[in-house]
Amino acid sequence: MVNVSDSKSYKVVGTNPIRHDGYDKVTGRAIYGADVKLPGLIWGSVVRSPHAHALIKSIDTSSAEKMDGVFAVMTAKDFPSKDNKFGDIGEGTENLKWAQDNILASDKINYKGQAIAAVAARDRNTADEAASKIKVVYEVLESVTNVEDATKKDAPVLFKDLNGNHLGKKVKNTNIAEITRNGIGDPDKAFKEAENIVERTFTLQMVHQGYIEPHTATAHWDEEGRIRIWTSTQGAFDVRGAVTEILEMDVSRVKVTPLEIGGGFGGKIPIYLEPIASILSKKSGFKPVKLVMERTNVFQASGPAPGGTILVKMGTDKNGKIIAAESTIKLEAGGYPGSAIGAAVQCIFAPYDIPNARIDGHDVVVNKPRSFAYRAPGSPQAAFAAETVVDELAKIHGMDPIEFRLLNASKEGTRRADGVIFPKVGNIEVLEAAKASAHWKAPLGTPPKGRVRGRGLASGYWFNIGMKSTVNLQVNTDGTVALIEGSTDIGGTRTSISMQAAEILGIGVDNFRPVVGDTETAGYADVTGGSRTTYATGYAAIKAAENLITVLKERCAILWSIDEKDVDHNEGTFFATKDPELKISFKELASKIGDTGGPAASSGSVDLESGGGAFGTHIVDVDVDLETGKTDVARYTAIQDAGTAIYPAYVKGQIAGGAVQGIGWALNEEYYMSDDGSMANTSYLDYRIPTALDLPNIETIIVEVPNPGHPFGVRGVGEVPICPPIGAIGNALHDAVGKRFYDAPMKPGRILNVLGKIEK
Amino acid sequence: MAKVFLPFQLKQITENNDFIEVKGKTLREVINNLDNMYPGIKDHLVEEEKIKSGLSAICGFAATRKGLLQELEEDTEVHFLPAISGG
Repeated sequence: MVNVSDSKSYKVVGTNPIRHDGYDKVTGRAIYGADVKLPGLIWGSVVRSPHAHALIKSIDTSSAEKMDGVFAVMTAKDFPSKDNKFGDIGEGTENLKWAQDNILASDKINYKGQAIAAVAARDRNTADEAASKIKVVYEVLESVTNVEDATKKDAPVLFKDLNGNHLGKKVKNTNIAEITRNGIGDPDKAFKEAENIVERTFTLQMVHQGYIEPHTATAHWDEEGRIRIWTSTQGAFDVRGAVTEILEMDVSRVKVTPLEIGGGFGGKIPIYLEPIASILSKKSGFKPVKLVMERTNVFQASGPAPGGTILVKMGTDKNGKIIAAESTIKLEAGGYPGSAIGAAVQCIFAPYDIPNARIDGHDVVVNKPRSFAYRAPGSPQAAFAAETVVDELAKIHGMDPIEFRLLNASKEGTRRADGVIFPKVGNIEVLEAAKASAHWKAPLGTPPKGRVRGRGLASGYWFNIGMKSTVNLQVNTDGTVALIEGSTDIGGTRTSISMQAAEILGIGVDNFRPVVGDTETAGYADVTGGSRTTYATGYAAIKAAENLITVLKERCAILWSIDEKDVDHNEGTFFATKDPELKISFKELASKIGDTGGPAASSGSVDLESGGGAFGTHIVDVDVDLETGKTDVARYTAIQDAGTAIYPAYVKGQIAGGAVQGIGWALNEEYYMSDDGSMANTSYLDYRIPTALDLPNIETIIVEVPNPGHPFGVRGVGEVPICPPIGAIGNALHDAVGKRFYDAPMKPGRILNVLGKIEK
Repeated sequence: MAKVFLPFQLKQITENNDFIEVKGKTLREVINNLDNMYPGIKDHLVEEEKIKSGLSAICGFAATRKGLLQELEEDTEVHFLPAISGG
């Protein structure tokens, strides 16, 4: 760990205690969505489109309705009509007609696997059989599955009523939902003055988050018109908000219980099954209904990360200083507008101080599933393109790639290419840590026979968002503290949040009993996403702990018959400032709360701005088999600014996990599309994510440049580590084989093609 | 005076200035005053008394959480950029 701050001395923060959810998870006692069992539970099944692009001409549900054991059948007609209204869904505002059609299509299919109708029956087999009896008549349309084809003049248009916003101009009959432009300075003039210019175009394919647990939802609409939902989600309150927008209900009528989550990475922020299960429950005579997505449908009909094309042009002066940059980023939104283009635009040149830049972003609809967030949405794609060009420029200038990046590195006060000025950030500190790392200093070594080895590196950036969180604390008489929060615990945040409250209270985190509550027992919290939970919910825990200290000082004042302003607290002990004899430990005071006013509880809430953006730099050694094109990762080191690492082992786990997902994105993963618009590889046998057998240990170096906007300096961790890997591996492949790679994934066939050994 | 930086498509309305200095103690006041200077520009930034869907207002270093109620100190930079979401 590299600490570059004026280090504070913490008792709890920075340690690696036993995680609170450990026993339940390793013993199988933890309750996931598939484990939900309720009295009278029945099963749902969803009818999905076999076509990627089609009009729905008619839906005949009569045969299904007549089947023995069927309780309800539904189509989009059972939802309230939306008429292109906008509402708050997930992390932002969306067109509710499109959001609803993405859950259950009303009139048109925009991707294969899109849901059309649903059935509830006494058991899963009966539900599946009834679903198969629903007859849908389609008018099949020509499909378009990538941005190049979708932006051709004669391309089939997905939305006849879409008003494309192209740099402020309204455009009809287009698949480009929006074109934005941001920038600073005068890039055209600066390019004319540049000594060296590199311009490249990159392609990337759609990839999935690859969470192991599929989507699931159980809903019970009761006789009083209230809905209870049990689901696997990154944000129970966001599910509540989205369900109430779709069903047009008051939030007080929907209660969402978040279960343990088997991975999300952004993909479990949007909803798919919850409104369907709710309506089926109502139509079944108020029986609870359970739905579980099969893996094929998770691939075909949930929200992966967009592929697309990215043009990057950068120019340097004779000293290697980047003086101009330009990019056009076109990302696949999927079947409805709203790709991660905004973030891609803002991240692409973030690691560099470039005085003249222009970045155009295109949000392009195609006949693929509606893309949604995946760890640092848009940034990994952008970093692949920018970091490859940066590497080429470093080579042209004959400079070490880290020295080149340091020469051009953004820092506090740098104006980003989109115009915003950076606050305190740790980009330079991360690069310096990379330069000093054992990996970077180590000789490349000898690869196995028949292979060539290369080393590369790349940087990446993510904002780390803030938003709303609440934490409630209650003191138990045995000296423990119940902590209730509404943030889904994906990466161990029960513990990282408790640790921050424990540090403030001056007690051990083993005294905490953290619980993730439902939407009626926990205070409001936005999604666990955007690398925000340890930062924002942790901040709420700090506030709650400070408020609890105030409550407990009042109890001491009662206990000692003194004024509460004469009571202070330090490291778990309360004491009278004017009488050294009067002091009491937290635990002893807890045993006396019944005699000093009853229950002692507190709450803390925040609504925070960004957690201070963060940078990562990854170094990778690859071995390439020149005969087969197969690439193995021989060594990998990820360096990242975490602000302050509350629980360093978790931080390392997040960094390693992000790196592994990025390696999969770089080498193997892609939505392999057939000509008819079908994804051809809808199982984990064919959609190849890296396993523990594929990769070496991911070495991690935590750099700590504390965020001045958080009491302990937390920045957020989970997203940055997926940004650098694609570019780092591409640069390592160049070092190994002497050829540049501009298309991901850099799979064996592509490597052999670039080496001139096979045709495309 | 806040320094307001606008996206490319709105610079055409504001005579292609890199930024415009606008009076106002809150984001709402700044946008209203900007609209007085360049009539109609508010419609590109605000919808139903909220920052328009798909846009975020960066006040200083980060996107505001208070929307139009955001207080602005003297010389605060205000940028309107595409909204982002996290994973």
